[in-house]
Amino acid sequence: MRYLTETDIEALAIGAAILGTGGGGNPYIGKLRCLQELRRGNPVGLLALDELADDAFVMPIGGIGAPIVGIEKLEEGDEGLRALRALEAYCGRKIDALISAEIGGGNALEPIITAAAAGIPVVDGDGMGRAFPEMQMTTFSIYGHRSTPAALADERGNVVLFQHAVSEGWFERLARSAVVTMGGTAIGAEAPMAGSYVKRAAVPNTVTQAIRLGEVVLRANATHTDPIPLICAAEQGVHLMDAKIVELKRHLQGGFAVGEIALEGIDGHAGGRALVQFQNEFLTFERDGRVEVSVPDLIVILDVDSGRAITTEVLRYGQRVAVLALPCHPLLRTAEALAVVGPQAFGLDGVTFRPLARRQA
Amino acid sequence: MVRIGVDVGGTNTDAVVMKGRDILAAVKVPTSADVTSGLMQALVEVQVQAAIAASEVALIVIGTTHFTNAVIERKHLAPTAVVRLCLPAAQCLVPMVDWPDDLRRAIGDHVFLASGGVEFDGTPIAPFDPEEIRRIGAEIRKRGLTAIAVAGVFAPVNDRFEREAAALLAAECPGSRITLSSAIGQIGLLERESATILNSALLDLAHRTVASLRAGVAQCGIRCPVFLSQNDGTLMDTQQAERFPVLTFASGPTNSMRGAAFLTGRYEAIVIDIGGTTCDVGLLHKGFPRQAAATVDVGGVRTNFRMPDVFSIGLGGGSIVTESAGTPAIGPESVGFELTRRARVFGGDVLTATDIAVAAGRADIGDAALVRGLDPGFVARCEALIAKRLAAAADRSRISPEPIPVVAVGGGSILMPERLGELEVIRPGHYAVANAIGAAIAQTSGEVDRIYSLETSSRETALAEAEREARSKAIAAGALAGTLMVTEREDVPLAYLKGNATRVRVKVIGDTGF
Repeated sequence: MRYLTETDIEALAIGAAILGTGGGGNPYIGKLRCLQELRRGNPVGLLALDELADDAFVMPIGGIGAPIVGIEKLEEGDEGLRALRALEAYCGRKIDALISAEIGGGNALEPIITAAAAGIPVVDGDGMGRAFPEMQMTTFSIYGHRSTPAALADERGNVVLFQHAVSEGWFERLARSAVVTMGGTAIGAEAPMAGSYVKRAAVPNTVTQAIRLGEVVLRANATHTDPIPLICAAEQGVHLMDAKIVELKRHLQGGFAVGEIALEGIDGHAGGRALVQFQNEFLTFERDGRVEVSVPDLIVILDVDSGRAITTEVLRYGQRVAVLALPCHPLLRTAEALAVVGPQAFGLDGVTFRPLARRQA
Repeated sequence: MVRIGVDVGGTNTDAVVMKGRDILAAVKVPTSADVTSGLMQALVEVQVQAAIAASEVALIVIGTTHFTNAVIERKHLAPTAVVRLCLPAAQCLVPMVDWPDDLRRAIGDHVFLASGGVEFDGTPIAPFDPEEIRRIGAEIRKRGLTAIAVAGVFAPVNDRFEREAAALLAAECPGSRITLSSAIGQIGLLERESATILNSALLDLAHRTVASLRAGVAQCGIRCPVFLSQNDGTLMDTQQAERFPVLTFASGPTNSMRGAAFLTGRYEAIVIDIGGTTCDVGLLHKGFPRQAAATVDVGGVRTNFRMPDVFSIGLGGGSIVTESAGTPAIGPESVGFELTRRARVFGGDVLTATDIAVAAGRADIGDAALVRGLDPGFVARCEALIAKRLAAAADRSRISPEPIPVVAVGGGSILMPERLGELEVIRPGHYAVANAIGAAIAQTSGEVDRIYSLETSSRETALAEAEREARSKAIAAGALAGTLMVTEREDVPLAYLKGNATRVRVKVIGDTGF
């Protein structure tokens, strides 16, 4: 097990935003809080999956609610710890380690904050390897784990325990209404998993992956070199095109930001045209009438110069972007996973998922 | 009657006299260290040139970068008490947590957390406790602090507790100057609070500066109202400027863009303000600068008040031109204000972008004979490089594929070619004083940005209520009711929130009633 450093946290925030594939929420507040914990002398260990005991008790934890409330009503600070203690009390057992349900965006950092306060490590992995719009879209749920019993904690000290939900969908609905009553945000801790299950069901090494991604970008920025080829090399990614956004359609649908981006190639890709569809996160990349990349593979849109992630809310006409595709983990490519996070789960009926790495090989 | 617009820049103080839409006179004088004597010189010269009497001046609007520079240089900042109304929420990160150390030291570590924040729907997070605020006030008085910043969670939705806290603090701390976050910015606690703290820290300087600007105007025998121009291209009176100096932070680029719109009559355009060292590039929509979407960095501090979405590139009239095997490179190094000493056309030995413009026959500055020896092929390659960089900058600020004109203003406009790719280029007369013109024509605005719950009222009612409030704010600030126009109206349903919460932002702008 190694301990996370301040440099790791800076890099993690950048890498998590990239793995957010356009969504996942801004990691800024979470980054400040992690740095504060480390400066206060609360170290956090990063535990590789193979270091995890089979009978360890591993709990997913993260923020739930409206990102806009999260940037205004900041947390009291111990919400995560209270949710953790509530589940420990209910289960009658100490939690050994925390894990992120979603490495893409702000929830990459939430487990680290609570882990620092509780003095336990975080696991090097997560439940998505990217960002997805709904709580049940995790490999933990897909491979059979149930999120309840779960606990939600707010800044006042309220803790709500969800003893049992009949399905993952019901848990999502019940949790959402409790979150609204709590004022729009809360920290949620879900049912602990056995170490042996986490080893099988978690997307492995994603904290390290996000840190490495961030480091590549920081190093490129510092040396004024092009970060894009370095990112592709680090992640076995494909540099799809450098492009300018020539059209942008965006609307809200059922609480999600849904839309389409038209791209026109620039520099070495001049003359090319492509379309990207999104629902909070980027879903498909289509060129010459053919979908080249689709969920669950990662479509990443970065500022062409800085290599920093561009989220769907700040996309705009004329932006010069680099579009990359990174292969998702095999755990997201099984039939069970594709039923929950494949193109059809997002209503893309005509699209067949064709895995990126295999096609590139 | 006439108006005078003044731009007090780092290098020059520009002034124009305008009567209706006519520009009667325009002058440029060096900015003085005390600001006031340069202002007085400009006022006297511009009145003489326009042949007007002091009694004919109806209104003076001054644009200044003085307060921005104070933050950037960490000068004249008062130690400030910060009272965050939030408990039990928002204890996880203290105020100023993401500031540069030197700036935080300049402000001091005087941070107090209390109850008094509200939820997104305006209901209290916890009961407000007046006794708690009185105790904090007593401590602030004991520490001898007179600048106070008050920031409440969701105060832009409901500012009641900020106002109550301010009244209690004022009673405990006689002579103190207090800024409320609800008067400064929008949703985003850390950013709004930081802007509020900077504002409080600048209040002493604002009082001194405004007093000396007014004295300068008075000493010129001018008795009219004096206004300062603010970030959004509208004006505020001097009492307002004394209370909200941060609202002048971005007035420089805003004034040049507004001036460009006025000079050309083009209200949808890209404006490139070419100075000695850099170009500022921004987009006009309905005659006003397009606003930045996200946070804006001021002196190393993230803030979220509305600022023009302007970016700079390192190309200006003084940019140094170098050559490597026939291939030119231009900028970002510049001779800056030393242009008239160091550029070739002025007898100096540095080849600058201005020399290229003169050699290409694009401008008549200095002595053209001094650049006649330049290789015409090299000059053409430099011209092509300048055009390419300006075209890329213009392209970056476009937000739609519709063709849009490019307006060039600022002293370095001679670098601008006749066209930028497919885009028409306009270089209006008086381009060098577009800033001062933008100040002279400043309008008056009112704005509301709030989260409404649509459970008890409809979306239309919420929008109408916001517009009514924005209008009365504008009229209170001096706008003529009959000229008010809605320039921004948006409602954004909030993802993941039930109770149909929606964020409504309405802004109205009208002519100033003088």
